[in-house]
Amino acid sequence: MKPVLKYLLPLAIFLVLVGFFAASLKHDPREVPSPLIDKPAPAFRLPVLNAPDKTFAPEDMRGRVWLLNVWASWCGACRDEHPVLMEMARSGIVMVGLDYKDDEAQASAFLSRSGNPYTIVVVDADGRVGMDYGVYGVPETYVIDRAGIIRYKQIGPITQKALREKILPLLQRL
Amino acid sequence: MKRSVLLVALCLWVPMLVQGVARPLGDDPEVEARLKALSSELRCLVCQNQTLADSSAALAEDLRQEIRALIAQGLSDQEIIDYLVARYGDFVRYRPPLKATTLLLWIGPGLLLAAGVGGLWWVLRRRNARLSDDEEKRKEA
Amino acid sequence: MIPELGHLALILAWLLAAAQAGFAFAGAARNDGILMATGVSAARGQFVFCGIAFVSLGYAFYANDFSVLYVASHSNSTLPLYYRLAAIWGGHEGSMLLWTTTLALWTVAVTLFSQHLPEVFRARLLGTMGLISLGFLTFILFASNPFQRMIPAVLQGRDLNPLLQDPGMVLHPPVLYMGYVGFSVVFGFAIAALLGGELNPQWARWTRPWTTAAWVFLTAGITFGSQWAYYELGWGGWWFWDAVENASFMPWLVGTALIHALAVTEKRDAFKLWTVLLAILTFSLALLGTFLVRSGVLTSVHAFATDPQRGLFILVLLGGVVGGALTLFALRAPQMGLGGRFGMVSRESMLLAGNVVLLAATGTVMLGTLYPLFLEALELGKISVGPPYFDTVFVPVMLPAMLLMGLAIFAPWKHAVLTVLLGRLKWVMGVSVAMALLLPLMLGKWTPLIALGLLMALWIAASAFVSVYERLKKREGGIIKTVVGLPRAYQGMIVAHLGVAVFIMGVTLVKGYEVEQDMRMSPGDTAQVDGYGFRFDGIREAFGPNYMAIIGHFTVTWNGRPVTILAPEKRHYLASDTPMTEAAISSGFFRDLYIALGEPMDGQAWSVRLYVKPFVQWIWAGCLMMAAGGVLALLDPRYRRRNSAAMEGTA
Repeated sequence: MKPVLKYLLPLAIFLVLVGFFAASLKHDPREVPSPLIDKPAPAFRLPVLNAPDKTFAPEDMRGRVWLLNVWASWCGACRDEHPVLMEMARSGIVMVGLDYKDDEAQASAFLSRSGNPYTIVVVDADGRVGMDYGVYGVPETYVIDRAGIIRYKQIGPITQKALREKILPLLQRL
Repeated sequence: MKRSVLLVALCLWVPMLVQGVARPLGDDPEVEARLKALSSELRCLVCQNQTLADSSAALAEDLRQEIRALIAQGLSDQEIIDYLVARYGDFVRYRPPLKATTLLLWIGPGLLLAAGVGGLWWVLRRRNARLSDDEEKRKEA
Repeated sequence: MIPELGHLALILAWLLAAAQAGFAFAGAARNDGILMATGVSAARGQFVFCGIAFVSLGYAFYANDFSVLYVASHSNSTLPLYYRLAAIWGGHEGSMLLWTTTLALWTVAVTLFSQHLPEVFRARLLGTMGLISLGFLTFILFASNPFQRMIPAVLQGRDLNPLLQDPGMVLHPPVLYMGYVGFSVVFGFAIAALLGGELNPQWARWTRPWTTAAWVFLTAGITFGSQWAYYELGWGGWWFWDAVENASFMPWLVGTALIHALAVTEKRDAFKLWTVLLAILTFSLALLGTFLVRSGVLTSVHAFATDPQRGLFILVLLGGVVGGALTLFALRAPQMGLGGRFGMVSRESMLLAGNVVLLAATGTVMLGTLYPLFLEALELGKISVGPPYFDTVFVPVMLPAMLLMGLAIFAPWKHAVLTVLLGRLKWVMGVSVAMALLLPLMLGKWTPLIALGLLMALWIAASAFVSVYERLKKREGGIIKTVVGLPRAYQGMIVAHLGVAVFIMGVTLVKGYEVEQDMRMSPGDTAQVDGYGFRFDGIREAFGPNYMAIIGHFTVTWNGRPVTILAPEKRHYLASDTPMTEAAISSGFFRDLYIALGEPMDGQAWSVRLYVKPFVQWIWAGCLMMAAGGVLALLDPRYRRRNSAAMEGTA
C-alpha cells in the first residue's frame, strides 16, 4: 500500500457501509421471506367452512394455478385487503381462503356481509396448517402453480401495487 | 422409635399446614427445561424483538405448545430447530447457523482481533525502526 | 400561538447555526478576531432559541394542546404531568429537538470553558459544531417538525406508548443524548486539529476532559437504559443485544478506547493519527446509531415510527459529516509526525493493545448488528443475529483487554520488562486464580465460565488494589490522607477499573446462579425458589391515573421468616388499549427477588414468573462506578490550569 493510500482506508470502508445502508432503506426489515418458495405446498386436509362434512386438500387443485389466502374475521388488515380480493375474484383468479384461528360463525357473517371472493373456504381452527405454511401474521397469500409448488408469498395485505407488479405478472407466466 | 413415628407424623402434617404448593407451569420439568433452552434461542416472528420464550404473542404460545409436542415425540433439539427453520426460515434462529453466507459472521471477530494485534505489532516495529533511523541521521548531521 | 413561537425560534436557531459556522470559519480563515467573536455570540444565541423551541414544545404538552400533531400523537390529558413533559422526547420529532438542544448546550459549554484555546482553533471547533447543528436543524425544519399543526384539532391525544410511561423515560434519553452529542465536541476538536495541521500533546490535553465528560454521560445513560429494560420489559434481562442497544454500545467502546489513546498522545506525543481517528469514529458511531434507530433498516424495541424519507435524509447527513471528516483525515494524515519512542513492552504499547482489542470488540458488535442488513442487501437471505451469537463471540474478544487492564496499570511508560512486571504481579495472579477456582465451589456450582468470569473480576480488582497499596507504601502520613491526596486522574482510573471488576462479578454471578421458575399459582399457593418461599396471597384491582391494574400480592419468606411483600401488576392502559406487565422487584446487595405476573389461568390461578437473581445490582453499580471514575478524573486540577497549559506549548 502506498503511504497516502492507506489513509484513505477509513473513508473507503465508510463509503461501502453507506452503500449498504442506502440499499437497505428499500427493504422492510419485518418481512421474513418464506423458505417454502419453490417447494411443494405442504399437504393438509381441512373441513370446509359451513360444510364440515366436506373437506379440501391442496391435491384437489393439482393442474390449476391458485392462491391460498390466509385470513380471519378478527384481522383488521384483512378487511383492508378484502376489496382487492373481490376484484381479483371478479377477474377469475381462483382463491382458496384459509380461515385462520377464527370463530366460524363470525367468519361466515363477515363473508356474507362483505362478499365472498373465495372459490372455497377451509377452516384452520387451531392454526396447525398455518404453522406448516409458516404463517406469522394474517393476511398472507401464497401463489401455487399447477404442479403444487409455492411460487410466491405475499406477506401482509395484497395492495394494488403488489397485485399489479408481482402477482398478476406471475399468474400470467404460470 | 416413638420419636421417629412422631417425625413421620410431622412430615405428613407439614404439607397440610401450608395451603398449597405451586405447580410448575408444565407437567414435566425436563421438557420445560428443554423448551426454555430452545425457545430462548428462537425469535418470535410476531414481536420480532422477543424470544419465543419471552413473547406473549398467540403464535409464540402455539409454537411453544408445538415444541412441547415435538419433544414428547422424541425429536432432538436440532430436529426441532430444523422443523421450525423449514417453516419460517433461518430468521427464527437467534444463533445463526454456520454456512457459506454466515462464515464471515462467525470468523469475523477472530479475524478482527488477529488483524488488530498483528497490525499493531507490525506498526510498532516499523515505527521504532524509523525512529532509530531518524536518530542516527540526527547524530550524523 | 406558542407552537408557532417555537417554530419561529427553530428557524432563528437555524439562521444562527448558519451564522455560527459561517462567521467562525471565515474568521479562522482570515484570522479576524471580530468575525470569530461573532461566531461565539451566534453559538450562544442558537442555544437560546433552541431552548425557546424546546420550552414551547414542553408548554404544548403541559397545556394538552392537541392541535399540535406531535402532542396529539404522543400525549393524552390523563397522562400525569411528569410523563407529559418526558413525552417531549417520546417520539421522533421531539427527540430530534432534544438532540439539537443538547448539541446547543454542549456548544455553549465550549464557548464558556475554552478561553484557554487559541482563537483560531476555537473558531474552527465552533464552526464544525455549527455545521453539525445546521444539518440537524435542517432535518427538523424540513422533515421532522414537532410543531406541525393538525387542523382540525382532536379532543384527545393518542397517549404516550405505555412502555415509555416510566421514571426511566425521564432520565435515560436526556443523559444518553448528553453522551452521544457530547462526542460532537470531541469530533470538533479532531476536525479543528486536522484543519490547523497541529496535533500535539497539548491538543490531547484539551480534548481529554471533554471526552471524559461525554463518556461519563454515555456510561450513565446506557446504565439507566439497562436498568429500565430490566424492570420494565418484564423478562428480567438487562441487556438484549438489540440493534439500538448495540448502537449505543459501539460509541461507548470506541470512546473508552479514545480515553486511553488520549493518555498516550498527551504523555508521549505518539499515535496522534490513531487518536484523532478514534475521535472522529466515536461521534460517527453516535450518528450511525441515530440512523439505525430512525431509518427503520433494522427492527428493534426502540425503533421510532419510521420513514424511509427520513432515513435517507439522516444517511445524507451521516455521509456528509463522516465522509467529510474522513476525507480531511486522509488529506492531512501524511503531514503528522511520529512522536516519542517507546518499547514493544511498555505502558504505551499495552494501552494501544487494549485499544486494538476494544476496536475489535466494536467491530464484532457492528458485524453482528449489521450482518443481517448486509445479507439482505446482497439478497442472500434473511437471518437473525441475537444474544446467543454475541454471548459466544464477544467475551472471548474482550478477554485480552481484561488481562491487559491488570497489567497496564503497573507498566512504566517508554519501556517495561515483562518478567519484572509478572514478578510484581505474581501474588495478584496466584490469589485471583485460587479464589476463582474455589469461590464457585463455595457458591455451590462450578463451571468453567463462572470460574473464568470470577478470575477476570478478581484479577482486575486485585491489581487495582495492589497498585494503590504500592503507592501507599511509598508515602508518609495517614492512609486516608494519602488516598485522598493521590492524583484525581489516578483515583478515577482505579475507581473505573474497580467498576469494571464489580460489573464482571455481577454479570458472572447472575448468569451462573440465577434461578427462574414459571409457576402456576392459585391464591394460597407457595413456590420455593432457591430457598425463598413465594406465597401468592391473591389479586386485587386498582386504578392508576390512566390505567386499570390487576395487582398480585406475594409474601416472600426465607426459612419461614418474612422477607418482603411484592406486588407485581398487570396494567391495562386505557387510552391506547395496551396491556403492560409491571414486574415487582425487591433489590438487595446480594440478590434481587423478581416477580412478573403472567396470564390468568383456569379458576383463580395465574401463571407467574419468579426469579432469584444473585448480585444483579452489581452490574449497574459497576457501571456507575465507571462513570464516577470519569467524574473523578475530570476533577484533576491538570485540566483547570488553562492558561499555563496554553503557554507551555511545545508545538
